[in-house]
Amino acid sequence: MTETAALAPAASMGALTWRRFLRHRLAVASAVVLILLIAAALAAPLVESALGVDATEVDLLARFEGPSAAHPLGTDELGRDVLVRLLYGGRVSLFVALVTAFAAAVIGTLIGVVAGYRGGLADAVLMRVTDGVIALPLLPLLIVLAAVDPARVPILGALASDGDSGLARIVVIIALVGWTTVARLVRGAALSLREREYVLAARTMGAGGPRIMATHILPNAVSPIVVATTLSVGNIILFESVLSFLGLGIQPPLPSWGNMLSNAQELIYEAPALAFYPGLAIFATVIAFNFLGDGLQDALDPRASRD
Amino acid sequence: MTTPPLLEVRGLVKYFPLRDAGPLGGRLGTVHAVEDVSFALAPGETLAVVGESGSGKTTLARMIALLYRPSAGTIAFDGRDVSTFSYRDIKLLRRDVQMIFQDPNGALDPRMTIEAIIAEPLRIHRRGSRAERARSVRRLMEAVGLSPRLAERYPHEFSGGQRQRIGIARALALAPRLIIADEPVSALDVSVQSQVLNLLLDLREAHGLAYLFIAHDLAVVDHMADRVAVMYAGRIVEIAPRDALFATPAHPYTRALIAAAPRLGAGKRKAADTPAGEPPSPIAPPPGCAFHARCPLAEARCRTERPTLERVGADHRAACHFAPRPSSGRI
Amino acid sequence: MGRYIAGRLLETLIVLAVMSFVIYALMGMMPGDPIDIMVQADPNLTPADAARLKALYGLDRPLIERYGNWLAAALGGDFGYSRVFNRPVIEVLLPRLGNTLALMGLSFVVSLAVALPIGVVSALRPYRTGDYAINFAALAGISVPTFWLALMLIYLFSVSWGVLPAGGVTSIEGGGLLDRARYLILPVLTLSVASAGGFTRYVRASMMETLRQDYIRTARAKGLPERRVILHHALRNALIPVVTIVALSFGGLFSGALITETMFSYLGMGKLTYDSIMGNDYNLALICLLFATLVTLLSNLGADLVYAWLDPRISYHGERGR
Repeated sequence: MTETAALAPAASMGALTWRRFLRHRLAVASAVVLILLIAAALAAPLVESALGVDATEVDLLARFEGPSAAHPLGTDELGRDVLVRLLYGGRVSLFVALVTAFAAAVIGTLIGVVAGYRGGLADAVLMRVTDGVIALPLLPLLIVLAAVDPARVPILGALASDGDSGLARIVVIIALVGWTTVARLVRGAALSLREREYVLAARTMGAGGPRIMATHILPNAVSPIVVATTLSVGNIILFESVLSFLGLGIQPPLPSWGNMLSNAQELIYEAPALAFYPGLAIFATVIAFNFLGDGLQDALDPRASRD
Repeated sequence: MTTPPLLEVRGLVKYFPLRDAGPLGGRLGTVHAVEDVSFALAPGETLAVVGESGSGKTTLARMIALLYRPSAGTIAFDGRDVSTFSYRDIKLLRRDVQMIFQDPNGALDPRMTIEAIIAEPLRIHRRGSRAERARSVRRLMEAVGLSPRLAERYPHEFSGGQRQRIGIARALALAPRLIIADEPVSALDVSVQSQVLNLLLDLREAHGLAYLFIAHDLAVVDHMADRVAVMYAGRIVEIAPRDALFATPAHPYTRALIAAAPRLGAGKRKAADTPAGEPPSPIAPPPGCAFHARCPLAEARCRTERPTLERVGADHRAACHFAPRPSSGRI
Repeated sequence: MGRYIAGRLLETLIVLAVMSFVIYALMGMMPGDPIDIMVQADPNLTPADAARLKALYGLDRPLIERYGNWLAAALGGDFGYSRVFNRPVIEVLLPRLGNTLALMGLSFVVSLAVALPIGVVSALRPYRTGDYAINFAALAGISVPTFWLALMLIYLFSVSWGVLPAGGVTSIEGGGLLDRARYLILPVLTLSVASAGGFTRYVRASMMETLRQDYIRTARAKGLPERRVILHHALRNALIPVVTIVALSFGGLFSGALITETMFSYLGMGKLTYDSIMGNDYNLALICLLFATLVTLLSNLGADLVYAWLDPRISYHGERGR
């Protein structure tokens, strides 16, 4: 007796999630804002040529100009156009944040899935390490790590030759401390997923640990990873900008929102606007990522129907 | 000497440590899930294991499926003790022993297509090329009564009965000799149950499969089994060929189960009403017979001395102080 | 319970010990050790002199040995000498600690005083405009870069309007309580914004979760006045996870204080930490960092203990409308 008709397919889980997400107007707005931001940052060269200015051109005769047709946000202390620098700075800050978030997510996922699935000694050791890292005071530690001279570290000689912009260094040190939330989440997911019957079935078929982790555990743990990573981007942007502000992160001449602010600090009397815009950009971006993360969490929430 | 049994277990025991929850958790005790279970299974034979929930039957099934390591006892396939097996040996053994699960929802990975699910065992054991695997999947789907056109769908698009069929197809992929079926129809509607059971019977005939069939419904057992083992509180209290068990049950628990079940073979599905009372706590099993608290025949002796499985008939054993011995005639 | 605490304290010590070694090693990798700085300052020092000085101070010994020496001294209570301040580390540390405690304590009080009522109100009328506004403000609070907020506040209140000082702990004449209060206003405000935002969200979430519980419905059905239901029944239970979060964030506040204090030149532990790291004052920096680590570890332990202490009462006994 062959059954040729299955039930009409219910709305796929992806569609349900999408609809739930759309109900969060703020999250949707944030997503739109972020897309625009990223687009604007990517379009920096276009804006540059459209305005007919050069971001790096120093024009000491045009310092501290107010907003004008030629310079929509005015000029800074070296006569450079603020808007264009803001866009270029956005490129760097967003790039660093996304790459770091991704790296931290990868590290955290690997640690979490091994700890959660294997259990036992591996779990105990990895969780002790994770708890240890969580217990550290982040900012002071990052400052120390950032201030380290890579030439003196035995194994990191390669990074020492990474130009002077400090990009790779900042990604590495923030990722080194930022993976813990994802690790905990993934471990939790792995702990509950490994008792599912389809995992048991895979084991009875002779699947080994790595195969099960890759094909059954991780794909079903994607939601918390996505949410946690999105929420972490905001924090990473804040950390990077603080470090750049202190002169320990992205080094000039490469602009980042953080180091634009450190210049502006001394000039707060003459040109407060220079301090306002980069900070506002950071603020807006972080808010947007946080709202997006919130919306994603509600949309992907396992408390709502799953399976 | 005849060929060794397909499966033989001796003295199987499984204890689970019980821990308190939270950061202050300590050891609370041990759950005695399975205590001293022994039986043998011949090729092509169907042995049903009956018991109420908490009797340890699922734990037993999972031990035999090599998902849990026994706390004590031996498991032997074709006469070879699995504890002597290397990692490779076990992987090879997996082809011969497969499992189907009770919950059609949980047994299939919701993120995989049916094709991927059924082909997974083939992929794990590197059987054939992609094209060959696809052909096998189609063949298997037809064998369980599903149209191969549905291979690209996802589990949530199917009904419970269909999902069980998918699970069965998956279990058949490697041409096993033994299928452990952990309450495969308990979660299905009555009307669908008989379809799946009949499918299992057809497959058994076509492929000479042996089944270790876990159930709590005696009607299902009657339909499927060659031999029946009755479990209570982690032990086998009676084991006999099907007809003998239903005709002359020797253990009071078995009798109670049969009496409480609605007319067998009438197709009415109601979980066998169990005798009044509850099974003893698996954490602190009392001495003596585990059933004595609910047994109409219980006496002082039952509280202190645990009965062992003794012969009460041809290939029929029961663990009760009052079970009729062969010499003492019938009930 | 005692065994658990002992175990956790042991873990704390271990983490502290490991961290001390890691930080010691890291500090050694920072550019410029003391002798190099002296050499830079004094061109008359030859490389031979430098080598001699390094040997004298034991700076050419292997890392393990140097660390061992430091550890032995530290365990004996000798935390070394601060190079920048020319005083023993302890003497530098303690007064700064007081300032930071004042700052952090006030920030805690302010942020809780804001977060509790707002979070509760928001939970009582969820998903309305007011709730959305509060949620937005709270999220904004968490998202704002502290150093930028400090800059803006300085600009607004000091540069533009000149009503509050831009930095420092007290005025030059060294004033009394009121004077110190003036200097604390902006730093406390800066530090509180992020905390208040975080706490508000937790209070709201916890309160909403509690209000869903059956015993609240029971209390209402019994005809209790709404005010009593909320204040007496719901709030007490809702506050338990909040207490945990508050205890946990104590450690995080330490990190936040670093930036705030630096921005406002507020002479507390945070600024000391930053200055000592950037100034290559190894002994001082090491102790500051270890202190920050200790604070975080102890606050985590405290949070776990509080949770364990409060939780069993709730899960086993339930809330019977006391």
